[in-house]
Amino acid sequence: MKFTLSWLKQHLDTTASVDEITYALTDLGLEVEGVEDRGAKLADFTIGKVVSAEKHPDADRLRVCQVNTDEGMKQIICGAPNAREGITVVVAKPGVYVPGIDTTIGVGKIRGIESFGMMASEREMELSEEHDGIIELPSGEVGDRFVDWLAENDPAKVDPVIEIAITPNRPDALGVRGIARDLAARGVGKLKPASQPSLEGAFPCPITVSIDDDTLGQCPVFFGRLIRGVTNGPSPQWLQDRLRAIGLRPISFLVDVTNYFTVDCNRPLHVFDADKVAGNTLRVHRAKGGETLVGLDEKEYTFSSDMTLISDADGVESIGGVMGGLRSGCTEETVNVFVEAAYFDPVRTAYTGRALRINSDARYRFERGIDPAFTPVGLDLACEMIVEHAGGEVSSRVQAGAVPDTTRAYRLNAARVQSLVGMDIPESEQRQTLTALGFRLDGDMAHVPSWRPDVMGEADLVEEVARVASLTKLVGKPLPRVTSGVPKPVMTPMQRRQQAARRTAAALGYNECVTYSFIDQASAALFGGGDDATKLENPISSDMSHMRPALLPGLLQAAARNQARGFMDMALFEVGPAFHGGEPGEEHLLVSGLLVGRTGPKDVHGASRPVDVYDVKADAEAVLAAMGAPAKVQILRGASDWWHPGRHGMICLGPKKVLGIYGELHPRVLDAMDIKGPAMAFTLWPQEVPLPRKAGANRGALAISDLQAVERDFAFVVDADVEALTLVNAASGADKALIEDVRVFDEFIGGSLGEGKKSLAITVRLQPRDTTLKDADIEAVAQKVIDKVTKATGGSLRG
Amino acid sequence: MDDLKAKYLSQIAEASDEAVLEDIRLAAVGKKGEVSLKMRELGRMTAEERQVAGPALNALKAEINSALAAKKAGLADAALDARLRSEWLDVTLPTRPDRHGTIHPISQVTEEVTAIFADMGFSVAEGPRIDTDWYNFDALNIPGHHPARAEMDTFYMHRAEGDDRPPHVLRTHTSPVQIRSMEATGAPMRIICPGGVYRADYDQTHTPMFHQVEGLAIGKDISMANLKWVLEEFVKSYFEVDGVDLRFRASHFPFTEPSAEVDIRCSWEGGTLKVGEGDDWLEILGSGMVHPKVLLAGGIDPEQWQGFAFGMGIDRIAMLKYGIPDLRAFFDSDLRWLRHYGFAALDVPTLHGGLSR
Repeated sequence: MKFTLSWLKQHLDTTASVDEITYALTDLGLEVEGVEDRGAKLADFTIGKVVSAEKHPDADRLRVCQVNTDEGMKQIICGAPNAREGITVVVAKPGVYVPGIDTTIGVGKIRGIESFGMMASEREMELSEEHDGIIELPSGEVGDRFVDWLAENDPAKVDPVIEIAITPNRPDALGVRGIARDLAARGVGKLKPASQPSLEGAFPCPITVSIDDDTLGQCPVFFGRLIRGVTNGPSPQWLQDRLRAIGLRPISFLVDVTNYFTVDCNRPLHVFDADKVAGNTLRVHRAKGGETLVGLDEKEYTFSSDMTLISDADGVESIGGVMGGLRSGCTEETVNVFVEAAYFDPVRTAYTGRALRINSDARYRFERGIDPAFTPVGLDLACEMIVEHAGGEVSSRVQAGAVPDTTRAYRLNAARVQSLVGMDIPESEQRQTLTALGFRLDGDMAHVPSWRPDVMGEADLVEEVARVASLTKLVGKPLPRVTSGVPKPVMTPMQRRQQAARRTAAALGYNECVTYSFIDQASAALFGGGDDATKLENPISSDMSHMRPALLPGLLQAAARNQARGFMDMALFEVGPAFHGGEPGEEHLLVSGLLVGRTGPKDVHGASRPVDVYDVKADAEAVLAAMGAPAKVQILRGASDWWHPGRHGMICLGPKKVLGIYGELHPRVLDAMDIKGPAMAFTLWPQEVPLPRKAGANRGALAISDLQAVERDFAFVVDADVEALTLVNAASGADKALIEDVRVFDEFIGGSLGEGKKSLAITVRLQPRDTTLKDADIEAVAQKVIDKVTKATGGSLRG
Repeated sequence: MDDLKAKYLSQIAEASDEAVLEDIRLAAVGKKGEVSLKMRELGRMTAEERQVAGPALNALKAEINSALAAKKAGLADAALDARLRSEWLDVTLPTRPDRHGTIHPISQVTEEVTAIFADMGFSVAEGPRIDTDWYNFDALNIPGHHPARAEMDTFYMHRAEGDDRPPHVLRTHTSPVQIRSMEATGAPMRIICPGGVYRADYDQTHTPMFHQVEGLAIGKDISMANLKWVLEEFVKSYFEVDGVDLRFRASHFPFTEPSAEVDIRCSWEGGTLKVGEGDDWLEILGSGMVHPKVLLAGGIDPEQWQGFAFGMGIDRIAMLKYGIPDLRAFFDSDLRWLRHYGFAALDVPTLHGGLSR
């Protein structure tokens, strides 16, 4: 919302400076977005008088002028044809910046004669394009500031333009008068009395208006007057100046009047060329659906049922509250004009505007809510203005429907401001504020003015009082602690688990990423997603069309981007939600890590090697451990098909309780996602990790034995597809009391063992608890280990 | 005997290695060595002679043995020194490569914010990213026609043919968690809700996903003055400055009344933000007293309870504190960016240890 200072002063009697006004506006909640003060750059120009003007001895077109200025007589060389004795001019003395030529004036010599300044043209001061000569002022005293003269004699030229942001609850501030009212309530001046129209209709309005019964909800009232015999044409200069200053193009007087009232008092109007209204009748009705109209923007619109339309005998003329039609619009030739002022329902207007994708000034205002009670007044003010400038004769007012009743009142509880805001404002001041804003106080009931549709309860009264009093003055007051003493921890076990996973992965050398929750359909489909349930209706691009089914596609895309930048090896991870459906709650937390390429750059120690499954297995186990997962797990196969079928493991507590998956990603997936080099990954489900059963921090007693432990190595020849964990579990079970640990330390495949065979070597650690182990005890356990393993694996002790 | 002593001591002194030294030992004090042979002769001596020769020979033997031992140690030391001299390594060679993981600024700042508000008694609440339009809008006093609804650039979920429910939305703010938390725990309550939110906007300063933290405190007499204090304390603690000016500007949000936008006093020098000094004001968050309709929607009686709410951008305050210039880069996962702006695994922000290094 833009307006000029002089426009504001038409409604507000104030001597406040622009700075004072803008500060107050922002503080009141009408946030100033910009101030264009065109006078500021002219502040140093002063008025002078040319006392004499002689021809320059060495140049025919130049004159040597003696100019009387605030600093006495100055010699100025001037090339303007109108530079002559006796005229009052605008002088830029040395040191003054001249915006139109982007130069700071200095003392100079022109053709050998010194010049102490410059006399300016309008273009040089960016006042207009006029540059035929220097300015000749009809009045003005030597030494006065030129801006002051302009403010006095041609204020539009230096009228500061203020632009403010209007929050959706303040339609009243979409009119200059509403802004003035707020400022007056704050004490920045006094609100001038409102104009009261006194219009008598000279003849009955020949155009009849009606609203269908079923349409009264969306257009409760419709007023109009016909003015016959107007002379349309350009608007008077002051009106053109104002519209231009706020960025509106003057079109013709009749159209400009509607724009003027829209901005002046938030009263959108529409002017019909009455001669084009077929059948002298206007009817407000609901669209049936399928009707069309070419709007004032020369685009054709097709209506769907229930939109508010205004039609004459020939068809649709106007979209109620949104836009007029081209056919019946006013032109320069219009002589009989029908002026419409109506009230259109905000909700209906918003839906219609959104459906038709029309962002008109009228829609913007009607959907926020204009002042319904002002409807007939606004109409009469506009008609008065039209007659005053364009002549003609005004008809009586026609009316359909009735002004909707917005009367309501809320109790002003003066203590509520103290309790809700924490500011101590005397009741008298509260009442005064509300009164200044147009509320009518009747006892402790505050009656809401018709222009404030946003005020719907006691809390709104508090807000009005507080913002006018200024929230800047609010002094902070400590919020007492919930409990005295040391605060309790606040994070849930799952939140701590997330943090532990994140910190552990980072400690393992992974860089945390945060990738978008939506991803392209193809990538989602590679990971079991991409169906309609997780599809966005209005994605910002096809790259972000579906909610991600997993974190890995986003991480793989990140890896591909990094590889494209020349970084081939990386470790990335993310902790975040993935989506298995489109309903609230159909999301689950995941932790995924991705290793791509080599363990590091090639190095002098030869440590660099391609990443492998055991890297991600170790990392997955470490992160799971940090999240409190039990150490004893099953490793199963058969995970989803984006994993390498032979090189992945599911870390499970039973076949249905999957805590995580690690492994190599399927080459086809890598190919589709443009990843070079091996890629290993893990995905963990933090919510699947069981919560610890016991409460409390107690670790239990440490049971250690002073008796010496004994280690024995065994090697078994087994079929190549026998898994090490089967062997280890069998060995561990041989004597649960004595066997403390079983470790695999060697794997040897093929060779002398023959095709399809391998050797696995284990170390079994025996920890006696009661007595020292004797050879016979050790032999007995060793035999049990051999028996258990051969039974479980079908293998044999390697000879 | 003095000759003997002189001979062997000089031989020992000149011995060049342990083998030579062993030969000398055998020749001198070995079983058939010269000194040993002399000792055998003691038996043939008279008692008087033996009285003199015995101790002298023993002394000689001891002296030679001691010289041998000393020489042996000396040779071993010299040999070790020589070996060590040959074992020179170029210790300026680089180490085996090691990966350095990092924590994303969004995670780090979320933990910072959590640490501060936890101290003021706020717990952390969470909610779904896909939510119904009731939780995201209606319950927050944003009815269907409200202009704010259109201004939010909402992402909608696809609706299957024949499913006539209003489409679900990707939450446009963390505020729906307010309602869900009110429903879950009722008043009194103090929560913050950090998390990702979504708006269909992408340009220099907007990404279709970003992060917010919502704060909500409901009690019997919690006022806007308490809100101001909480935010002042938060800003001081978060930006790690001793004092800060906050400016509350009246504004409007459908879910609060009265509403205020909050600016902090700051200065920009050479592109660096300094909080708490200077003449500029920087808008950092929106806030207000929870609208009675919102309390009602969450099942809390507005006649009994009141409180404040605020919301700010986690990414934004991360950018301000750590001087990160571009929002879009947060979600690009450029390794160079992650390493530069990321945080070490052990840099866990705490109030006692400090939020940042």
